[in-house]
Amino acid sequence: MSDVRASLQAHDTFPKLLLRNADQFGHRPAFREKDYGIWQSWTWAEMAAEIRAFACGLAALGVARGDKIAIIGQNRPQLYWSFDAIQCLGGVPVPLYADSVADEMAYVLAHAEVGMAICEDQEQVDKVLSVMDRVPTLEAMVYKDTRGMRHYRQPFLHALDEVQARGREHDRQQPDFFDGEVAKGQGGDVAIIAYTSGTTGNPKGVMLSFDNLATSCRLAIEMEGLTEEEEILAYLPLAWVGDHFFSYGQHHIAGFTVNCPESSDTVMMDLRDIGPTSFIAPPAIFEGFLTQIQIRMEDASRFKRRLYRYFTEVAGRCGPALLDGKPVSIGDRLLYGLGELLIYGPLKNNLGLSRMRIAYTGGAPLGEDVFNFYRSIGINLKQLYGQTESSAYVCIQRNGGVKPDTVGPPAPGVDVRITDEGEVIYKSPGAFVGYFKNDEATRETRDDEGWVHTGDAGIIDDDGHLKVIDRAKDVGRLNDGTLFAPQYIENKLKFFPYVKEAVAHGVDRDYATAFVNIDLEAVSNWAEKRGISYTSYTDLASRSEVYDLVKGCIEQVNTALAQDSALAGSQIRRFLVLHKELDADDGELTRTRKVRRRVIAERYKPMIDALYSEADNVSVETQVTFEDGRTGTMRADLNIAPAETYGAGAQPSVKAA
Amino acid sequence: MSDIAAASTAPAAADAVPVTSEGEILLGVENISLSFGAVQALTDVSVAIPKGKIFSIIGPNGAGKTSLLNCINGVYHPQKGRITFKGQTRSQMKPHEAAAQGIARTFQNVALFRGMTTLDNIMTGRNLKMQSNFLLQALWWGPAKKEEMRHREFVEHIIDFLEIEAIRKTPVGRLPYGLQKRVELGRALAAEPDLLLLDEPMAGMNLEEKEDMCRFVLDTNDEFGTTIALIEHDMGVVMDLSDHVAVLDYGRKIADGPPDMVRSDPAVIDAYLGVSH
Repeated sequence: MSDVRASLQAHDTFPKLLLRNADQFGHRPAFREKDYGIWQSWTWAEMAAEIRAFACGLAALGVARGDKIAIIGQNRPQLYWSFDAIQCLGGVPVPLYADSVADEMAYVLAHAEVGMAICEDQEQVDKVLSVMDRVPTLEAMVYKDTRGMRHYRQPFLHALDEVQARGREHDRQQPDFFDGEVAKGQGGDVAIIAYTSGTTGNPKGVMLSFDNLATSCRLAIEMEGLTEEEEILAYLPLAWVGDHFFSYGQHHIAGFTVNCPESSDTVMMDLRDIGPTSFIAPPAIFEGFLTQIQIRMEDASRFKRRLYRYFTEVAGRCGPALLDGKPVSIGDRLLYGLGELLIYGPLKNNLGLSRMRIAYTGGAPLGEDVFNFYRSIGINLKQLYGQTESSAYVCIQRNGGVKPDTVGPPAPGVDVRITDEGEVIYKSPGAFVGYFKNDEATRETRDDEGWVHTGDAGIIDDDGHLKVIDRAKDVGRLNDGTLFAPQYIENKLKFFPYVKEAVAHGVDRDYATAFVNIDLEAVSNWAEKRGISYTSYTDLASRSEVYDLVKGCIEQVNTALAQDSALAGSQIRRFLVLHKELDADDGELTRTRKVRRRVIAERYKPMIDALYSEADNVSVETQVTFEDGRTGTMRADLNIAPAETYGAGAQPSVKAA
Repeated sequence: MSDIAAASTAPAAADAVPVTSEGEILLGVENISLSFGAVQALTDVSVAIPKGKIFSIIGPNGAGKTSLLNCINGVYHPQKGRITFKGQTRSQMKPHEAAAQGIARTFQNVALFRGMTTLDNIMTGRNLKMQSNFLLQALWWGPAKKEEMRHREFVEHIIDFLEIEAIRKTPVGRLPYGLQKRVELGRALAAEPDLLLLDEPMAGMNLEEKEDMCRFVLDTNDEFGTTIALIEHDMGVVMDLSDHVAVLDYGRKIADGPPDMVRSDPAVIDAYLGVSH
């Protein structure tokens, strides 16, 4: 018995931390969920009791140490509790994305040798039932929401409430069982298997240990000074390692409150209800907020509009400096204070960002303007970088040292390096145990010295911040050996509203060039305001005014590239505006709108060659596929224009066209 | 493991006992005729709506479908015939009496309070269930307060059931048509009806909205055991949803039976496709 107590005191697994929290923060809210229009809450003590019943119920159903159990659904407290319940018994939770189709699920369920699936509702149950014959290990299913389940009478289907009732009975009969099982867990045990979404090939099961998750969560909590007072909103997929890091790992270690939205449609309203103190969102959400603000301001009265414009300018000037604690003149301070009262405060309140101390974004690049906007109105927006294999923990920007175009320096306890090929590699306390049943892939990803390869190309800037520029396999070099990261350049171009798509060329060439696709809506608006007439997309794209517009964008990108010694040489020297939009129907883009470089290199070869010749125009003929499947050809004469290059990368300009 | 399984399946088995015959009749319409001046809207129509079933009324435009619904919930009073609801026969009844007896309906054209929120619109469906007087309600005091909280809880269950949490506080005038229809269904459900009359619940909807609405109609029938009588033009929807179909043409009933039988009835085919006589 004393062994049990000693083990429980170690706090090295999440179930042990749960028991600690029930003890230490017993009356503090652990979870809230909006249900029937009201926020329902569970204290740590109540949550621990629920989990105890759940775990004992699972044991009664035959769950044993080492069993893999799938968790499928949206962010519901009961599904988060199922992680605890499974881990209490020494089982391994395998979270699956709620929106994945049955076929994708079948692969993961079978590969993970899942013995039981815990589903949120009928929809998920139906999906699992439909692929059951492909998952021979699957013996039982538990569902949380009973709606629509009345007519299901498979003996292996169990309602969560009944499992818990059964668990309470089990607990009465064997009161020492639960603590004994929890005490058997050790920090080195595998805590979860998280499947990577896998852009290529089948998803891989990343095994993370309690130590991986707990240590990296602990370090991040210390760095940010998080306490049990935090409020966060759990709305990102619970199968994603980032959500697991915040809503499960940090939640257990810091003991703060996790709030689950009413439904996926109400997230924005629930955000306003809760006013979280710490928040993570993909760039699209921050961009969406800003667009929403801008649209509403357009509709506001003239006086309000002017007020907004004036104070956002003030904020742009001194907001970021104030946030970073840098010196700001008294006058600006006063103006900013007034702005906070009149504009920034109400704005933040309206979006539910009033109490926000830390906001994270990651996963994709966020436009500099958007990033700076949030920092200027006093929201401590920071970027982070991680992957499933690192428990989401590699780089985090530090307070006071935020740069819009980096993901920050290595997080505490992490070592990051760039290989000679330009690939980002790291050592992190969060670095995974290995891929489940795939030692070969584990060896490929982690070398003999323990460095984990990310597959991302990056550079470390002069301040020691990591800048992720592209997938490593897409990065090449110019003839003079300069690093050339096409996606990085293209993304920078695409931040301009006028540019819809861009394709940069330069591998094994003397200099970089680009194709640009204009955004018809934005450019036609722009043309209308200037009284430029045009007949068609192709006509508009070939106007010299439009070329000047695009040239301006490219030169701004060149200016940004010039600031980075590693990339200064890859400034764009010549470009052309494409006569048609790149289209997935023509195979030029993937369905998720990623550029297919090989197809484009083949189809547009004459144009690429022209970019590297001295010609100032090129006539082209392209095959297009119409919406109804017919094909036709398009003929056009395209101009090629030069762009200015700057700074260290500036070259005597190529013979002007 | 096995006794949990037994416990969880027992109630399901009890619910799912198949009803072989038509079972109890909730609403019987016997030989009713309705005319407006010289226009004969309904002639000698009889239908029997079995309890707990989904009953569809179909027919070409002007066949008298809406007139029949209007007779059932007391908007029109047929000149001839009898209507029996829950065993009670009546000759004349006002719409609010029909509502009090447990008949709720939605309309062909959305009839909601456009300036009010979804929540308030559905709350109006609870009006007949409120006990406290107007003054107490206005002051929101004492029993009125408790009562409103109770009704609000019920309404929240409907909001959850129809998955309209995100528009709870949105004025219905701002909602797209398909959602307005759903709110209207919510208001009808708020009255906890025994018989729900739906007048073209899927008219003007796109495919996705139709599928959603079908699911809610089926779920309503399944979860609450509500008997449903609906008018619908989309044959696919009617044939999929209904337990029983009645066909009207020029104010007369020309067919009546399970969907498969009605589908192959020559009189129905004639009425729909038109044949040269």
